[in-house]
Amino acid sequence: MSVFIDQSTRLVIQGITGRDGSFHAKQMMAYGTKVVAGVTPGKGGQRFEDSVPVFNTVADAVRETRANTAVIYVPAAVAASAIFEAADAGLQLIICITEGIPVLDMTRVLPFVHERGARLIGPNCPGLISPGKSKVGIIPGNICQPGKIGVVSRSGTLTYEIIHQLSTHGMGQSTCVGIGGDPLIGTNFIHCLAAFEADPETGAIVMIGEIGGTDEQQAAEFVQRNVSKPVVGFIAGQTAPPGRRMGHAGAIISGSSGTAAEKMMAFEKAGIAVMKRPADVVPLLQQRL
Amino acid sequence: MNLHEYQARDILRRHGIPVPPGEVATTPAEARAIADRLGGNVVVKAQVHAGGRGKAGGVKLADGADAAQAAAAAILGMTIKGLTVHKVLIAPAAAIASESYVGIIVDRASQRPVLMVSPAGGIDIEEVAAKTPEKIHRLAIDPRYGLLPHQALTLGFALYGDVKQARAAADIMQRLYTAVYAVGASLAEINPLVTTREGSVQALDAKIAIDDNELERRPDIAALRDPTAEAREEVLAREAGLTFIKLDGTVGCCVNGAGLAMATMDLVKYYGAEPANFLDIGGSSNPQKVVSALRIITSDPRVKVILFNIFGGITRTDDVANGIVQATREFSLKVPMVLRLTGTNQDVAVDILTKAGFPALTDMDEAVKQAVALAKGKAA
Repeated sequence: MSVFIDQSTRLVIQGITGRDGSFHAKQMMAYGTKVVAGVTPGKGGQRFEDSVPVFNTVADAVRETRANTAVIYVPAAVAASAIFEAADAGLQLIICITEGIPVLDMTRVLPFVHERGARLIGPNCPGLISPGKSKVGIIPGNICQPGKIGVVSRSGTLTYEIIHQLSTHGMGQSTCVGIGGDPLIGTNFIHCLAAFEADPETGAIVMIGEIGGTDEQQAAEFVQRNVSKPVVGFIAGQTAPPGRRMGHAGAIISGSSGTAAEKMMAFEKAGIAVMKRPADVVPLLQQRL
Repeated sequence: MNLHEYQARDILRRHGIPVPPGEVATTPAEARAIADRLGGNVVVKAQVHAGGRGKAGGVKLADGADAAQAAAAAILGMTIKGLTVHKVLIAPAAAIASESYVGIIVDRASQRPVLMVSPAGGIDIEEVAAKTPEKIHRLAIDPRYGLLPHQALTLGFALYGDVKQARAAADIMQRLYTAVYAVGASLAEINPLVTTREGSVQALDAKIAIDDNELERRPDIAALRDPTAEAREEVLAREAGLTFIKLDGTVGCCVNGAGLAMATMDLVKYYGAEPANFLDIGGSSNPQKVVSALRIITSDPRVKVILFNIFGGITRTDDVANGIVQATREFSLKVPMVLRLTGTNQDVAVDILTKAGFPALTDMDEAVKQAVALAKGKAA
């Protein structure tokens, strides 16, 4: 097993003919992901790479191909609309890679998605990968290895760094999920922790947080009460100044709240092993497995 | 993007919220003319993106045009938290009966806009939240229905016992909520919301922050940006498509991805030095972006070493390598570089750099250690 995606994932790619969408569509197909459809309004009837059928709407794609998961690569201006469309077509798992969606748009998107019982991962995320089974998003497949470490992170390239550390030391991954760097996201740490706890193939969990908000603190409480597997955690932004947005829209210390120090303290209190630097991930896991 | 007080007041006024008159001056003579027009006592307020203006001497009362001119002369050009004041707002000095707080933020936990009101206005709301949290009333608004009239009126009564004032406050709250979605604000505060001696309710001071992700679709709001109110390097970085934040250390950092950029800064500190900046060159970095990044980093005389930490995913490390080589041909860096590149096209990148005489590393810890050693060696 793995979490959220596996061999049964049948993917529709929204924005498959765009610059980013087409590049990553090929990467995902090469990795072995079942890409069953693409959507670009006005290009319905075409075929992507002579194989994947392209539709005008997500509803058409779902009806014709039994797609069960959507990934979104469309520009920020139309990305909220793309999430609405995927949820309306009945898809239960929607991954939005697009960065730059206004947060007020997300205040309307999230209740719509939740009412339809769908899970949204992102936006502004690298997606997820269950090594050897399926990859949805932009995480480079070649740095991952199948194994039993579950990885959940608010970051992109920092996640790659951690995965790279794991793989070069022979620690494969069950699933790696990038939940996104925005303040309002569909899937948070707790959702992923619960999924990893329930997944028999996951033996330990790595959690990569950063400054801003209180998601990590709430996740720490959840770990203390509900997670029996070892958890190792990292918080980026110990040297970040307050009041400044550190690249990610969600990475900002507001007043005195959301600092790395308070998050690391919450981790320690909950029995999560705190990494002082990315290279600590392997020794800390080795001690606990 | 933060707006100035005068810009925030304009937005409130356009949405029908009562705001006292006031005009902006960039010279003491203009300040004098405005004070003359307004008549009576005025207040002269620095327009700068920093809190604590009053404590820093950026807000002065003036009894007439002469005093307003003198106050403006004192405030214009002063530095508040590192930012130079280029504009002042001149407004009538209102006779105030009470001060309250009304604000809307997008709350991460409830994933909704949250309206906060407090009868303890005129001071920093964080201070109220810390010392007297019972004085803050909060309501998470369902964006499908907006702020409903009875909800606003309930909070109006939390501020005022008088029904007329409570209704006026409720009306202001609903208009503020409309304004938030109309301009794409991530925060909109009226602090203080005052009652005058005559009993009317007015927004005396306002603060609005715009979600940067809104600017592309709102050119009218984007045009409100005041580049003179920001650090010069940060303006240059934004124009080059980079995210850059100036810090106080000696290790210049150039990284792809925000999380890795923060982790790199943290590791610099872990090994005993301080980062000079946060810099994210973004996902699909072309060589030109790297050249711009190096120009900005090296413009800081405190930088003793430049550290590249690139993990190629979408970013091609050979693009970054080409940018580094191109930059060294265009201008002198004056300080040593430590390069760490791993991931997509790593072999090509290392080859490009080696041929140009720059050794490249593949381990993050090793690279940061070397950069810190160089920064300390030079400083000693």
